[in-house]
Amino acid sequence: MSLITCKGLSFAYDGVTVVHNLNFKVEPGDYLCIVGENGAGKSTLVKGLLQLKSPSQGSITYGEGLTASQIGYLPQQTQVQRDFPASVREVVLSGCLGNGGFHPFYTKKDREKAEKNMEALEITDLKDRCYRDLSGGQQQRVLLARALCATQKLLLLDEPASGLDPVVTKSLYELVERINARMGITVIMVSHDMAAALAYSSHVLHMGSDRQLFFGTSENYRRSSAYHSFMGSKNAARIWRHENAPVRRRREERAPEAAAPEQGAAIRTAQEAYRKEQTDRDAADT
Amino acid sequence: MQLILEMFSYPFMVRAILVGILIALCAALLGVTLVLKRYSMIGDGLSHVGFGALAIASALNLAPLRVAIPVVVLAAFGLLRLGETSKIKGDAAIALISSGALAIGVTVISMTTGMNTDVYNYLFGSILSMSREDVILTTAAAAVVLGLFAVFYHRIFAVTFDETFARATGTRTGFYNSLIAVLTALVIVIGMRMMGSLLISSLIVFPAMSAMRLCRTYRSVILHAAVISVSCLVVGLTISYLYATPTGASIVLCNLAVFLVYLILERITRPSSR
Ligand SMILES: Nc1ncnc2c1ncn2[C@@H]1O[C@H](COP(=O)(O)OP(=O)(O)O)[C@@H](O)[C@H]1O
Ligand SMILES: [Mg+2]
Repeated sequence: MSLITCKGLSFAYDGVTVVHNLNFKVEPGDYLCIVGENGAGKSTLVKGLLQLKSPSQGSITYGEGLTASQIGYLPQQTQVQRDFPASVREVVLSGCLGNGGFHPFYTKKDREKAEKNMEALEITDLKDRCYRDLSGGQQQRVLLARALCATQKLLLLDEPASGLDPVVTKSLYELVERINARMGITVIMVSHDMAAALAYSSHVLHMGSDRQLFFGTSENYRRSSAYHSFMGSKNAARIWRHENAPVRRRREERAPEAAAPEQGAAIRTAQEAYRKEQTDRDAADT
Repeated sequence: MQLILEMFSYPFMVRAILVGILIALCAALLGVTLVLKRYSMIGDGLSHVGFGALAIASALNLAPLRVAIPVVVLAAFGLLRLGETSKIKGDAAIALISSGALAIGVTVISMTTGMNTDVYNYLFGSILSMSREDVILTTAAAAVVLGLFAVFYHRIFAVTFDETFARATGTRTGFYNSLIAVLTALVIVIGMRMMGSLLISSLIVFPAMSAMRLCRTYRSVILHAAVISVSCLVVGLTISYLYATPTGASIVLCNLAVFLVYLILERITRPSSR
């Protein structure tokens, strides 16, 4: 049975439909990338999959006995109050709360899991620091470690690379790939980084502003018209060659900074808009 | 010194101190949660509802706590629901409810007993107001609050820090929000007799605010707030006994002094902060 089945799925805010008629399935062990322009409703879909928002139409069916407590989640934006006192360790450990039955206190296993994830994300030396004193990228890694602690069957990441530098981004993608490949955990990731999305994912869901543009394997996506028009027709042939280069080489080139000049106009504007949003937010924060 | 020793020879003072310590402890623990959840105003609203309930209880000659506890718990649920779903702004709703309850309380009192010392005590608190039954009920309620808080400590943290994440990953946030509301209602009611309904919410807010000046982790804020709260209570009670000042006000003044000191310390230790 599929882990998640979506049929005719739509979401609306105040009667305005923002996600239109999605049909797709996620099998156990899949690595699904969700792509689309800003405002296509990717984050809304993620919230729907987490049952934080109910569909306006259609249905989501969960299989394999999937429950919320087996899901790890990295939100696109986390509004933590500026004066909230919490250490990195406290935040990361809080991801373990759903794991197996009700324990009032953290078990030894929880602590080990937290340690392991903090190490993987290179934040072990920050663990006694206050969360709110960290930089944006450090905070992102803390929340990722928390998401990993919560993950048992499914990991949902909404633009996990935002605010991370290329080196950390690369190790993040590799970590997620390991989690997917070695531990058999299903991954659903919203991503702006098309090159990385295609290199790691097994499936792609491409959301348009008024309909679903593509759902299928990453291989088929690379040949699809949805991909080509998204990347800008001019560069498409070149990107196609680039993406089809031997895997090893591609992975070395995959740092987002290196891939940027290759990318078409559409994604570049999207990225610029996104970065601006980020810097605006950072500016507003300080 | 002599006077302080003498203070402990009065059973009502010993009772007041023991019960007071329990109340201060509960108030500090929940206070951190309420302040961080931006629920401080709910505490204030509930204390006025508590006053209304006490007034009605005394008009009907019922045991005050037995009436006040259920009424305030219900009001806590109501306020929480309002904050989540209503079209009325949460803070406006609280203002409506708290002034409404105060008006009802005052009207009931003026129609029955009139403005006497009882009413004064309801508003400003008194150490003498604790009956034997009050002491037992208060101790039981405090034990419930402390026990539940300890058992759900990590979940309360998770729900306070990032409710969306907690809900997405299978924590029943609705349950924990209700739990926080019920515990707050209990603390308000049991603290009201001693602190007065006008001042009880400051017992909840001050220790948390002071601790947050200096502490950077959740656990240290909780522990620090508990220590501040209990110390201020003991000092405040002693002052109240020695100088016959209103109990609640003395305790609040101690808390205010601590807060100001911490504020200055914060400025000194991190001058560049923000
Ligand atoms: N809480 C909300 N209330 C109303 N509209 C919203 C809300 N959140 C998102 N939207 C709208 O829904 C659309 C999709 O948003 P979102 O899911 O965040 O897109 P994406 O993640 O793909 O950039 C946008 O047009 C956005 O303005
Ligand atoms: Mg988004």
